[in-house]
Amino acid sequence: MSWQPIILTLELAGLTTVILLIVGTPLAWWLARSGAWWKEAVATVVALPLVLPPTVLGFYLLMLLGPNGPGGWLASLWGARSMAFTFEGLVIGSVLYSMPFVVQPIRNAFEAFGDRPLEAAATLRASPLDTFFTVAVPLARRGFLTGAVLGFAHTMGEFGVVLMIGGNIPGQTKVLSVAIYDYVETLQWDEAHLLAGGMLVFSFTVILTMMMLEKRIGRGGR
Amino acid sequence: MSLSVHFHGTLGQFALDVAFEAPGRGITALFGPSGCGKTSVLRCAAGLQRLNGCFALDGDVWQEGRTFRPTHKRPIGYVFQEASLFPHLSVRTNLLFGHRRTVGRGVPEHIRLDDVVDLLGLGHLLDRSPEHLSGGERQRVGVGRALLSQPRLLLMDEPLAALDRFSKEEILPYLERLHGVLSVPVLYVSHDIAEVERLADHLVLLRQGRVVAAGPMQELQADPTLPIARMPEAGVTLPAVVAGREDAYGLTLLRLDGGHLLVPGDLGPQGTARRARIAASDVSLARNPPEGSTILNALPARIVAAERQDEVQMMAVVALGEEGRGARMLARVTRKSWDALGLSPGQPVYAQVKGVALVQETM
Repeated sequence: MSWQPIILTLELAGLTTVILLIVGTPLAWWLARSGAWWKEAVATVVALPLVLPPTVLGFYLLMLLGPNGPGGWLASLWGARSMAFTFEGLVIGSVLYSMPFVVQPIRNAFEAFGDRPLEAAATLRASPLDTFFTVAVPLARRGFLTGAVLGFAHTMGEFGVVLMIGGNIPGQTKVLSVAIYDYVETLQWDEAHLLAGGMLVFSFTVILTMMMLEKRIGRGGR
Repeated sequence: MSLSVHFHGTLGQFALDVAFEAPGRGITALFGPSGCGKTSVLRCAAGLQRLNGCFALDGDVWQEGRTFRPTHKRPIGYVFQEASLFPHLSVRTNLLFGHRRTVGRGVPEHIRLDDVVDLLGLGHLLDRSPEHLSGGERQRVGVGRALLSQPRLLLMDEPLAALDRFSKEEILPYLERLHGVLSVPVLYVSHDIAEVERLADHLVLLRQGRVVAAGPMQELQADPTLPIARMPEAGVTLPAVVAGREDAYGLTLLRLDGGHLLVPGDLGPQGTARRARIAASDVSLARNPPEGSTILNALPARIVAAERQDEVQMMAVVALGEEGRGARMLARVTRKSWDALGLSPGQPVYAQVKGVALVQETM
């Protein structure tokens, strides 16, 4: 059995989570605080992967990333033909696919504390940016924890999207879930058992740790 | 040194149009029933809410026309109804939140942490989390946090309204001390007249988004045409000075503008300043100096105004001294007695004071 799929999966999930925290935080803030009438439309787009079959998302991503889509054009900049069936393509797909799992908890956390702490900070001379980092983010830390863990775990388990846009290239796009599928197809039961069992233990540990951490943070503040 | 306020706009169901000037020292209370717009005026002064109008402190314009200084650039301290402390910070870091952003950036330090801790009795709370404080303690931290941001104007939005009676009594003496020590002007929103009388020097009466009257508190209190004179607890608060003692009877002689009062208890050495509250229902009027009465205090005075309140009651304003040039008091008397004695404005009378409450030591 090769360790490659596991390392690749961890890389993908880690990178996706970092990107999602960077992109998702301002988006969640905007969704929580803005008065724009069309913000719920944006929220719906973000939430789409929750309901959409992964294959549908994967199909559209294939169109976008393929040689005839904008992804293909982008890839031509560094001399490639397409962004489909690449690690970069997988990252883009995972970011979109896992976005609701990160944005939603952070948005909820931003909404939960209301206007008052922000107003109090403003009356104490904190600029909006200062307030965001010293008041809003610490008060929403549970949301960040939940979002990061869910985003990471969800990316680790993704299968449909990967299959559509990533295929099965070892070291490039062959992640855990695809590897398990592969082992089963080729009747390598022992290897399949090992990976599947590993995923089970991993998922259990993630959820348990998260619940315990939440409890701890819950006691510390809020 | 003064505060110039004018805001107008629509607030939910009614139009708000509030304009007043307030002195640049002491506590100015915005007083009125719930929903009269007083909190909105305060929020507008802080820039937390925006209505049309203008706002200036000592000629420094914060809002006028299209000029609007955002909240974090206004040198204010704001005390909310619920203390609104930051739950993720300790009491100490809460207190220093604004301090770091002012003194830490070169604003001269007029109010130091040690002073605030002493003044508000916060020493034993510094390392605790705000979650583990009582309501009164939390509000004291809230006041301290606002003061430490070195404000040039302190805005207080019903800081006692969310507290139970017990915590209120606990925190009032601190606010009174503050009043004596602090040179920062305060706008204080309240719907509790007792609180206002204990603390305020200046009063702005609001009703349904308009100013009914504004002026020094004693003047407004002694105006029988204003709604506060119709409240059951109507009365005046007068500055007084300890002028002597009758040790044999345990009494203290207080000098008011235009007369003297004997009150029970030891109120400190001669020259001590006090605030005496005299309720309208504790004052009765007599045409002749009373004889054979157990009432200690009968002060010569002159009736200056009178207003019929209802079927039964009259509210009279008397000015102390035979010429009627001293401090003014309210007297609530029955119409029957008023007519029986043939009283009318301009007449000399004796104001019999049945009770005096001493509310505050002014510095």
